[in-house]
Amino acid sequence: MTATTAMPGVVGPKGAGKGASSGAPRARGPRESLMSRTAAMLVMAVFTLYFLVPIWWLLVASTKSPGQLLTTPGLWFADFNFVENITALFEYRGGVYWRWLGNSVLYAGLGGLIGTLIAAMCGYALAKYRFPGREVIFNVVLGGVLVPATALALPLFLMFSQVGLTNTFWAVFLPSIVSPFGVYLTRIFAAASVPDELIEASRIDGAGEVRTFFTVSIRLMSPALVTVFLFQFVAIWNNFFLPLIMLRSEELFPVTFGLYTWNSQLNQIPELRSYVLIGALLSIVPLIVAFLALQRFWRNGLGAGALK
Amino acid sequence: MTTAPAEVAARAAENRPAPRRRIPVPHKAAIAVFIAPFGILFVLFYLIPILQAVWQSMLVIERDGTFGEATEVFGGLAQYVLVFQNAPFWASVARVLTFGIVQVPVMLGLALLFALLLDSPLVKGKKFFRLAFFVPYAVPGVIAAIMWGFMFSPNLSPFTALTKSVDFLGADLVLWSIANVVTWVFVGYNMLIIYSSLLSIPTEIYEAARLDGASQWRIAWAIKIPLVRPAILLTAVFSIIGTLQLLAEPQVFASFSSAVISTYTPNMTIYATASVPNSSLAAAFSVVLALATFALSFTFLKITQRKGADE
Repeated sequence: MTATTAMPGVVGPKGAGKGASSGAPRARGPRESLMSRTAAMLVMAVFTLYFLVPIWWLLVASTKSPGQLLTTPGLWFADFNFVENITALFEYRGGVYWRWLGNSVLYAGLGGLIGTLIAAMCGYALAKYRFPGREVIFNVVLGGVLVPATALALPLFLMFSQVGLTNTFWAVFLPSIVSPFGVYLTRIFAAASVPDELIEASRIDGAGEVRTFFTVSIRLMSPALVTVFLFQFVAIWNNFFLPLIMLRSEELFPVTFGLYTWNSQLNQIPELRSYVLIGALLSIVPLIVAFLALQRFWRNGLGAGALK
Repeated sequence: MTTAPAEVAARAAENRPAPRRRIPVPHKAAIAVFIAPFGILFVLFYLIPILQAVWQSMLVIERDGTFGEATEVFGGLAQYVLVFQNAPFWASVARVLTFGIVQVPVMLGLALLFALLLDSPLVKGKKFFRLAFFVPYAVPGVIAAIMWGFMFSPNLSPFTALTKSVDFLGADLVLWSIANVVTWVFVGYNMLIIYSSLLSIPTEIYEAARLDGASQWRIAWAIKIPLVRPAILLTAVFSIIGTLQLLAEPQVFASFSSAVISTYTPNMTIYATASVPNSSLAAAFSVVLALATFALSFTFLKITQRKGADE
């Protein structure tokens, strides 16, 4: 479906391009560009619908009473039941959803902060100091970038079960704060944005290396740090395999995993459906807000990561 | 590199009396303070688990008689023999490969098309489109799968006319319904990586082509795409890795569709095996999958690099 909608945009203007190169480019320019313009805007409009309609549907569905969910048209509002739905969600099973939301904020927020800080320290040292083993460390970390989080979940489970720490907060929290990609990105950024003269000047002023990092360098690196934090935050918030394999007690679940468990009980407990829908909506709002608010940071950061 | 003058001066000052061999490292303590926190955690939660999984994969369970106590003993590559005989595991590998061969090119093709459109003067309202296309990336895979699961369901979907006649969750189509979820989430992300690489191309490079009357599409094809090749390769490698590691989306779809069995993807097979529990076989699966992932992305990079050199 998606491939065929893209076709007109590609095929039409390409033919026009040939015409332009074979002769009289100036006369043909505007007409061809009008055609291309329309095709391009059409493609963009169709895909805007594709990307936004599911989210719109979720928003609409979460305002409906459980009964009207099935009986009213999906893409438009019926009776406005949003507040009642939220209240019911927060009261369900002693407010376990609150607990999950809090857990996610702790895993992803605190984990992202600590993870960003230690990655930045390591990346900074790799960029700004010369010492034996520097290249080895960087290459090992780079290898770590290629190891996907899901590939580590089972090995981590085996390790944690050996020391009897599965089904604890630490089993999900500690592995999440290690971000090789953060080290990679902060190293590139530290090399480009922290001038050696500044570190030198700070040394002459008598500040120690560590103090220089926390007072001077970290500020210059802040755009990269926001990017690393945001992507680390999202990675932890979205992490699925680790909680799936580590956690058994409901009170430790992050919100996405909790919603997954509800969703897999839908066949036995159909009334969970409206909780799943409104819970899903509430769980993505913080992420969308964070991305919108911080966009000027991560856009530059993405570029830096892709260029190298 | 830029430190050279200061560094050389510092070294010279410190080293004059000592022989040239051992150059003391300045700021040793600070470097240790910077590297230790990440280094220790990386060793604890990356290197040790990997080594332990490799070790675990070489253990077998031995019992004294039928009801005797089970003990784990070294069994060499015995588990790997079992891995290669395990039909469901290889079926799941074949399934994700089929998935990847179709989904990755479609997703990256769309991402490239959108990035080029955003970079051309043909599209108005770039800021809006850039955000609208990127928003799905902020939706966790689990939530996206739940959402699309409802969208595909015959009763609850807003498009029941379609979902009642086409069984998106049946055995034939469910793999492609999952592919749709993954595409929906990641197109915008890949688009942005390619787009920021396009933005870094100086405009003078295609100014001349534009003066000669080349159309936007010609400029895109002949100039822009070759220049953003590295960004496209990067997104391709990450997509290949992601495909082999598929877990959350199919695991969610299992509750919407009985066609999604517990060994649908390699990671689901690993999880199902670990819950048996059969840790050694699960560890062996993990090692094989990690090696396959690495081999595939490495091969892909090598092939595309050679092609680049030929051109």
